[in-house]
Amino acid sequence: MPFLNNLFGNLQDLISSWLAGFLPQWGVDLAMMAITTVALLAFLVVVVMYLTYLERKVLGRIADRPGPNRVGPLGLFQPFADVLKLIIKEATTPQGVDYPTYILAPILIVAPALLVYAVIPFGPRMVPTDINVALLFVVAISSVATLALLMGGWGSGNKYSLLGGMRAVAQMISYELPLAFAFLGVVLVTGSLSLVKIVEGQPGYPLALAQPIGFLIALICVVAESNRAPFDLPEAESELVAGYHTEYGGVRFAMFFLAEYIEMFTGSAMVALLFLGGWRGPILPPYVWMLIKVYAVLFFMFWLRGTFPRLRVDQLMGLSWKFLLPLGMVNVIVMAFIDKLHLPGGFLPGLAASIVILAVAGGVVRIGRRSPAVRTARPGLRVKEA
Amino acid sequence: MLRTETLSINMGPQHPSTHGVFRMVLTLDGERVVDLVPHFGYLHRGIEKLAEGRTYLQNVPFTDRLDYISGMSNNLAYALAVEKLAGMGPMPERAEYLRVIMAELTRLANHCVAIGFLLNDLGAFFTPVLYCLRQREYIVDLFEMASGSRMTPSYIRPGGVAGDVPPEFLPAVRKLLAQMPSFIDQLDQLLTGNEILMARMQGVGVLPPERAVALGVTGPLLRASGVPYDVRTAEPYSVYGQLDFDVVTEQGQDAYARYLVRIGEMRQSVRILEQALARLPEGPVMAEGVKRIRPPAGEAYARIEAPKGELGFYLVSDGTPNPYRYHIRATSLANLGALRDMCIGHLVADVVIILGSIDITLGEVDR
Repeated sequence: MPFLNNLFGNLQDLISSWLAGFLPQWGVDLAMMAITTVALLAFLVVVVMYLTYLERKVLGRIADRPGPNRVGPLGLFQPFADVLKLIIKEATTPQGVDYPTYILAPILIVAPALLVYAVIPFGPRMVPTDINVALLFVVAISSVATLALLMGGWGSGNKYSLLGGMRAVAQMISYELPLAFAFLGVVLVTGSLSLVKIVEGQPGYPLALAQPIGFLIALICVVAESNRAPFDLPEAESELVAGYHTEYGGVRFAMFFLAEYIEMFTGSAMVALLFLGGWRGPILPPYVWMLIKVYAVLFFMFWLRGTFPRLRVDQLMGLSWKFLLPLGMVNVIVMAFIDKLHLPGGFLPGLAASIVILAVAGGVVRIGRRSPAVRTARPGLRVKEA
Repeated sequence: MLRTETLSINMGPQHPSTHGVFRMVLTLDGERVVDLVPHFGYLHRGIEKLAEGRTYLQNVPFTDRLDYISGMSNNLAYALAVEKLAGMGPMPERAEYLRVIMAELTRLANHCVAIGFLLNDLGAFFTPVLYCLRQREYIVDLFEMASGSRMTPSYIRPGGVAGDVPPEFLPAVRKLLAQMPSFIDQLDQLLTGNEILMARMQGVGVLPPERAVALGVTGPLLRASGVPYDVRTAEPYSVYGQLDFDVVTEQGQDAYARYLVRIGEMRQSVRILEQALARLPEGPVMAEGVKRIRPPAGEAYARIEAPKGELGFYLVSDGTPNPYRYHIRATSLANLGALRDMCIGHLVADVVIILGSIDITLGEVDR
């Protein structure tokens, strides 16, 4: 059991001691880095492939149908068929594209999505680099994807793509702020930006219990950040065809797809690390716990997609700026006080305070709805008579 | 102020949510609709002209292909028009009840489809639409049992219905009716109180009652604007006069009210079906001597409350076996007239919902 608990750490020791037999120290370091990177990338690609399968199965069950079940037993080879199809498809370039931007976007979107995995730990010794500002790194790098989305939307030379790209940028910038505030609450308690230290510095219970508001905000923002239903406006198919990736096909489309699913996985991993206690849990090895928690969050995202209609652009912005952001700010202040007061009772003071905040927020929303100015406004009516 | 330009965008005919081959040219200020020009005719098959070259009975199958979601209702409207034109007496009682049963089943199926695809337009990823289509499947199975065809039944004909229903039909309808209320409740529970759904649909596509009447809008669209007008009660046809049901109205005037009206009408249809089944008499299902229909010269207009609204057939006879003129008052086309009114001032995303809440079938719009 102890061997299993530290399986990947032991493997690392084994390989590096074997390499040290015939390589100098810097060679061992370089080789280890390469091995870790390749292993991680392979892991991510497989994860994404089977995430699509899982999603389709879950959505299928929700919609009362079997989901993919043709390719292989239980449809398990479906992801391979999909990948193969995407790879052998001809990549067409429509006329009128802004070629450099058009071709760079799919590359630029995958790079940051993968880059954040340099600092995301899956277990005690399972992190490529444990830098002391890992959380900041993740938040900063994942915002780079915004640029790629805009490039895709602009470069395609298609109106739907442009609208999709603009929506994506507005949405991602808006939801990064409440997300950062939600993360801040955790940083206050654990006193570090390093993801490893955050997990180790957490008390014996998941922080979601002590900071439920932060947890909920993070959950909502993660769904919004990865452009998933009910926040999938940038690619809202009933309005914008496919949004910023309308004009992409084959491998280029696959890159957008890959990035979206990796971002989903990243977001779920961040929620699991910060609010669900990361890899900590009884009996099972740490990395198994980590994956269980990540997949629990992912399942929640699938569930949302299977059930909820989509929000409208202005409602989406309103939710972030008028509700989540102020709520996040209040949450950070209250959590800071609770942390400094050193109240007894574990997570109970935090939970109680959160319930009070939510009740007040609910009341404010209710009063706001009742004011007639908001209720009957028919948005900017300017009728041009034909 | 920044000087901004309006953007003209073309939605359709290949756009995923225009319900067929409907095309709209939108003028946008940002994402706000300044103007909307509908274009249709991509599915024009010239049914009205084709009908002039065929006998009255040969024209029945064409009616299936108008609003292909609700073929039975189209059959009924046409049959009523021909009967009126030819001055046929009262139809056999059993045929009339079977007609009502079929028409109400059609209404259930149509509203299932309408609500399901409206939710799809709202971005609910396929779950509600699949629930709805599953339910519709049970209904089209019944149609197949009675007529041999699921979507194009040609079952209701001038003079009665094509043939009596098979013995297993009535138990199957009862079984469907037993589980239909729980399905409607399920749908209601999943959707009606949903925060996002209400935020998206309330106050969207407002159509004031005066405007609705002026535009000639009918059906759930009109009743959602608070006008209690239903051909079934305003001018009862078939045996609707003997059945007890309510005309569902809502005061919301918006897309959400239309959704609520459809849910309410599904409940009323179940009520009507239960009564019709209980009263279904034995006897013939076809009037005597309608083999050759050769109406005297003259004209007739008959209308019914189809699932989408008032559906009318205007027939002119010159005494030959073929109609001299055959005109369809297509519900979807008339209801589409309110589209521009409802859309201006809203966002692109709302246009899709408004179109979905009108519930059109292009087969009927273009004919």
